[in-house]
Amino acid sequence: MGYPNSIKQIQPDVVNNFCITFSTINGSGSATANVTLLRALFKMGIPVSGKNIFPSNIQGLPTWYTLRISKHGFLGRLEKDDIVVAMNPATFYKEQEFVLPGGAFYYADDIKLPVTRTDIAVYPMPVKKIVQEANVPPKLRDYAANMVYVGVLAQMLGIELDKIYLALDFHFKGKSSAIDLNFSIIKLAAQWAAAHLEKRDPYYVEPMSITKDHIMTDGNTAAALGSIYGGVQFVAWYPITPASSLAEALHEYAPLLRQDPVETGKETYAIVQAEDEIAAIGMAIGAGWGGLRAMTSTSGPGLSLMTEYLGLAYFAETPVVVWDIQRMGPSTGLPTRTAQGDLTEAYFLSHGDTQYVILLPGSVKECFEFGWKAFDFAERLQTPVIVLSDLDLGMNQWMSEPFEYPNQPMDRGKVLWEDDLEKLSHKDLHWGRYLDLDGDGIPYRTLPGNTYPGSAYFTRGTGHDEFGSYSEEAEVWERVMKRLSKKFETARSILPKPVMDIQENSKFGIISCGSADFAIHEARYELEQAGIVTDYMRIRSIPFSNEVRDFIRDHERIYVVELNRDGQLKQLLTLETPEFATHLRQISRADGLPLSARWIKEQILVEEGR
Amino acid sequence: MISAINVIQEQGTNAIGLSRNDYRGAPSSLCQGCGHNAIANQIISACYELNIPPEQIVKFSGIGCSSKSPAYFLGRSFGFNGLHGRMPSLALGALFANKHLRGLGVSGDGDTASIGMGQFKHLLRRNLPFLYIVENNGVYGLTKGQFAPTAEQGLTLKKQGVNPYEPIDICLEALASNATFVARSFAGDPRQVKELIKAGLMHRGIAVIDIISPCVTFHNREGTLHSYTGGKETESPLHEISFVPRREEIVLENFSEGQIREVRLHDGSVIVLKKLSRDYDPTNRSQALCMLADEFNSGRLVTGLIYIDPDRPSMFDAYNLPETPLNRLSEDRLRPPRQSIEKVNALMF
Repeated sequence: MGYPNSIKQIQPDVVNNFCITFSTINGSGSATANVTLLRALFKMGIPVSGKNIFPSNIQGLPTWYTLRISKHGFLGRLEKDDIVVAMNPATFYKEQEFVLPGGAFYYADDIKLPVTRTDIAVYPMPVKKIVQEANVPPKLRDYAANMVYVGVLAQMLGIELDKIYLALDFHFKGKSSAIDLNFSIIKLAAQWAAAHLEKRDPYYVEPMSITKDHIMTDGNTAAALGSIYGGVQFVAWYPITPASSLAEALHEYAPLLRQDPVETGKETYAIVQAEDEIAAIGMAIGAGWGGLRAMTSTSGPGLSLMTEYLGLAYFAETPVVVWDIQRMGPSTGLPTRTAQGDLTEAYFLSHGDTQYVILLPGSVKECFEFGWKAFDFAERLQTPVIVLSDLDLGMNQWMSEPFEYPNQPMDRGKVLWEDDLEKLSHKDLHWGRYLDLDGDGIPYRTLPGNTYPGSAYFTRGTGHDEFGSYSEEAEVWERVMKRLSKKFETARSILPKPVMDIQENSKFGIISCGSADFAIHEARYELEQAGIVTDYMRIRSIPFSNEVRDFIRDHERIYVVELNRDGQLKQLLTLETPEFATHLRQISRADGLPLSARWIKEQILVEEGR
Repeated sequence: MISAINVIQEQGTNAIGLSRNDYRGAPSSLCQGCGHNAIANQIISACYELNIPPEQIVKFSGIGCSSKSPAYFLGRSFGFNGLHGRMPSLALGALFANKHLRGLGVSGDGDTASIGMGQFKHLLRRNLPFLYIVENNGVYGLTKGQFAPTAEQGLTLKKQGVNPYEPIDICLEALASNATFVARSFAGDPRQVKELIKAGLMHRGIAVIDIISPCVTFHNREGTLHSYTGGKETESPLHEISFVPRREEIVLENFSEGQIREVRLHDGSVIVLKKLSRDYDPTNRSQALCMLADEFNSGRLVTGLIYIDPDRPSMFDAYNLPETPLNRLSEDRLRPPRQSIEKVNALMF
């Protein structure tokens, strides 16, 4: 080979424990190639995760995709690459810097730029030549070029071609012309690599059986499916990255799953693309008021626009579910980069004294579970439920245990229909929309279409008494507001409890939420390897349950790990437990990328003086 | 479906046995003489005469004097007084709960044509079955007398001085956004208001009625466009309108050939238009657009049914909803069966 490459493999083999980054150009069709490799590895039984680091652009800017292969099942982000596949001349030099010493560097040989690293294995690939030989129609050549690296990597790493075929078959939904075209390039490329490339790096894959009963999906699809199993009846949404794929998944799966079993041929839901986020939340709140399981999905800028309406829903006590797939703010920010930066926004939304139920899913499986549970909480508590997912969880592919069918019937909350009102009248009880009959702060509601005389009431965002009548009286106002906060005390005991891992001889505690969990698992493992045992609590809902206070009280030193600049979860915990505020220490960053275990471990070690 | 058996009964009840009182609401807290109260009375009369059970109507409004008024009629109907300029989205979502109910919204010129212009126009293009009444007085009353977007250029108000901007014509905006029912009326012409409300309620699609409704406190100076005297002096009806519910015979006296137009609605009811000074065809959209453009700034208040397309599919036609109201579907119709979860998991790869 005419390229500088003097290194020979001196390290032992590295099997099923490395990271590959693909550097391509946005819009070049690389996503199909990348997800094919992901699925093939998954089919080989190897734990794998894929992360797309992409620009806010449709075509032309650099984009990266990282595959992490981890026999330990760690799914978090790694900061350095063992292997880089460089298909984009614009970032050619930068990519080389990210390869670990002893790593491997594959690139398209039409990039006529020098490779400056001498401590890595370098493999040029004759991409254009192979595509030409495969008789690919000219208009598909650029797109198909990415299949060359699939074939080369299959040969060099040991990825089974029949698993690649399965992945293509799934991706192209069995369409044989597309499958065959791509598979022929992959085979040609693998044959070329077998004949021309000498293996000079330590990376291999071998079949495992860990992923056998697992599924592979993204959080937005999981959220959509969970909502469908939750009986979602009305969806209003407005396109925004990274939330659009949630509503699109509803469009995709609802027709399959929500045909009316009684009036056959009919569908038991409606999805409306609204003109903006204000209209989307308005429609959803209208539908929630009407008695439908209603939702919208958005991201930070959309949540900002929904603020006024959510304040109305809080005060008028209207159930609605809002999925916020967080991206990096403030402002337009980094629309295609991940963050956990909307926690305080969701907590403090809208003017006046307000409170919101917030759910914090930490995996795709939990996105599914909270998908259906969110409606139960919203209808039980008659209040908005905001589910905070994020771009990393929502848009990237995650290996997961399969979705579980809801293990409890729907909770439609306190709704009175004609018969119920009739029974009440026999008991000489008067129904009032905002009367707290049960002492839990939650009143009973009636729904439009109820024909019982006196069932109707007038809903308003202005001051109202227990019967919904307009009131500006000081006492009435205070009474209603106090009763509202009582509802949120009730919420503490019914919302999902934190997930805890308490160890013997632990030195300190860690608290996190959402997708930060993946990197923390790995960081705790590494800390344990270094002899530091930790306790851990992943918070799953706000208002916080009593376990949260107990955990903070019981640990003198707690690192609150999160993906934002200001330590927003720590801020909220400080408000919740001011007497233990000194127990809490902030470990947070916001660079647009998912947290890495290495960074978390390092921060903690520095704090611990190690 | 709304039942509209048109037999006005004696003893002060209508065909479904309800008295006019059954259609009233709380006492109005608006100013004495406010045009909005006159309109509320016509809403009560229209629903009473159409024999609509009040429970079959759902009321909506935004924020402003106009938006307070739904509390003052149809006390037995569900209602939601929402946010400023955001009534359309609220109503749209709510009406999906039960597609057989009839939506009635009351908004103002600021609520509709200023803060709410976006939602207003998008509601129209979706053709949601909904009667959208704009109580248009050219002024912000609840905040005590600022210019509204429909105020005429050069108008002088006490606090702000002279209005430098062109007004917005709500009917022109409605027509431009493909509304299927566009009308204008004047609160001082109660009969026309009532007939238009009836027709709008029975139209299967969006119905916009822009009603000039004078504000007696902040904007009723003699001769101005939105004043009582201005309306009385300049009102120029396109036709004399009568709404004839289905199953009632059309009986009209003293008319000759070519003097009457009839527009048949989806449920079989008929809007009868008696020709006045001009020959006007409200099913001709380009004629309607030209008329509105010509009359803009003419100083005349042209009233009547400006445009109607009774046959355009409504928003609900775009959805494949069951006849059972969505909000009465039981769990077994909403949650997919247990065995489906395996198939779903098999798709996740």
